Amino acid sequence: MSILVIAEHDNAHLKGATLNTIAAAQKVGGDVHVLVAGAGVQAVAQQAAQAAGVAKVLVADAPVLAEGLAENVAAQVLALAQGYSHILFAATASGKNVAPRVAAKLDVAQISDIIAVDSADTFERPIYAGNAIATVQSADPIKVITVRTTGFDPVAATGGQAAVEAVDAVADSGLSSFVGREVAKSDRPELAGATRVVSGGRGLGSAENFKLLDPLADKLGAAIGASRAAVDAGYAPNDWQVGQTGKIVAPQLYVAVGISGAIQHLAGMKDSKVIVAINKDAEAPIFGVADYGLVADLFQAVPELAGAL
Amino acid sequence: MKVLVPVKRVVDYNVKVRVKSDQSGVDIANVKMSMNPFDEIAVEEATRLKEKSVATEVVAVSCGVAGCQETLRTAMAIGADRGLLVQTDAELQPLAVAKLLKALVDKEQPQLVILGKQAIDDDANQTGQMLAALLDWPQATFASKVEVSGDSVQVTREVDGGLETLSLKLPAIITTDLRLNEPRYVTLPNIMKAKKKTLDVVTPEDLGVDVAPRLKTLKVSEPPARSAGIIVPDVATLVDKLKNEAKVI
Repeated sequence: MSILVIAEHDNAHLKGATLNTIAAAQKVGGDVHVLVAGAGVQAVAQQAAQAAGVAKVLVADAPVLAEGLAENVAAQVLALAQGYSHILFAATASGKNVAPRVAAKLDVAQISDIIAVDSADTFERPIYAGNAIATVQSADPIKVITVRTTGFDPVAATGGQAAVEAVDAVADSGLSSFVGREVAKSDRPELAGATRVVSGGRGLGSAENFKLLDPLADKLGAAIGASRAAVDAGYAPNDWQVGQTGKIVAPQLYVAVGISGAIQHLAGMKDSKVIVAINKDAEAPIFGVADYGLVADLFQAVPELAGAL
Repeated sequence: MKVLVPVKRVVDYNVKVRVKSDQSGVDIANVKMSMNPFDEIAVEEATRLKEKSVATEVVAVSCGVAGCQETLRTAMAIGADRGLLVQTDAELQPLAVAKLLKALVDKEQPQLVILGKQAIDDDANQTGQMLAALLDWPQATFASKVEVSGDSVQVTREVDGGLETLSLKLPAIITTDLRLNEPRYVTLPNIMKAKKKTLDVVTPEDLGVDVAPRLKTLKVSEPPARSAGIIVPDVATLVDKLKNEAKVI
């Protein structure tokens, strides 16, 4: 039994989510191969080869794979799919984009966002914003899976010595083309993998006030997140959104500022190790999941907290 | 240009579902059902394309129980011209829905299909991409901006770390993200008008699609509960607890 893990990368660096996905693959059991599909990705391939527990790295290196277009990447995965019992993607924006395309072409179900591997064909996944956990069994010959990275501790990034093998890249589908990208430049850690997160909600009141979180995040070395309500209101960009329809995080420390704690938000952060909530409403549901709650005006408490650290 | 908009009937987003005591599923008897919020955004976007004279007809489609007719009426009250229900009491998984939608696309020949990126019940985030694969059409998921020009559509997508813009050849599949638009409030006159619009019903058998589930749900259980902690009186105590008790700073 061999498992194919699709590497998440930006053509220069292997993203951490890949290491969590490899960990899930190891739980399934069998030889773990990693596919690096991109352009100019030799460095990424070397990083993947060093990840613990990887038997082989397949590299498809071609300009048509540079921007991760779903049509081309899916075709690349399909060209290699036969011979694998499982194909695993990280449940990130790119993994979620490509995996269902692969599953449909193989005429198999996709198992989304798994948080546990019970056996080679049985997996656990949250449904209804994490209010229930479904245990599902697949009878399909190839299991196409996306992995919720917070469900699996990453394998070590170094220590492995997998063989690296080039594979033929697919031709361009001709259906879609890349126009441009606006990547927010930030010195902060990436939200999805951060060990500390400071998140703001509608209680902050404006995009201007959201900056109040910066000094606190700086002191903690934390990523900044936001509730859906804050994103909806235009206080924060969408890729900061933590919750059912945004990012799922599980940092060591999660500080929720001015967040009431709607179920949709709790779905994205309740697996954090330590949760701190700062809210002036003592009845806010966020206090029901917080390890430490502070009922206070955030406009005083947040600067005070940043100052005390 | 015809636009097809699939809509799903789901448990309302304000309802906190309960797991059944026999672990066979969640209890959705007598709970409020609504249109999946991302699908509402899809209907709104299609309606705006029609108002801008880019689209000529907006067809809302749904797959599921008879109650989905209500969801289709809501879509028509927002602005869809007619409704189409694939009625079945069978459990429908994303691959089966994608196959039903493919059969409808083959019949209706739309140039654009706009879907919600994810349904808030099974949280699968699959159907749009699967439909694109079955049709061999290009896809742009998690859209925050859509501009049709000639025989292509330019879509800005919400991706990790920012935004990305793609150009797709029509026909194409788009799935909506939160910030694409803000769906309008449905007015009473529009609800009344929607009642007079055409709503056709077909079955999976009519379309020749096998909808048998591929995944078997062995059980549905409660997630481990997180218990509430303590309320601290001030910032100094909070810092002390984080340092000395939780040891996270």
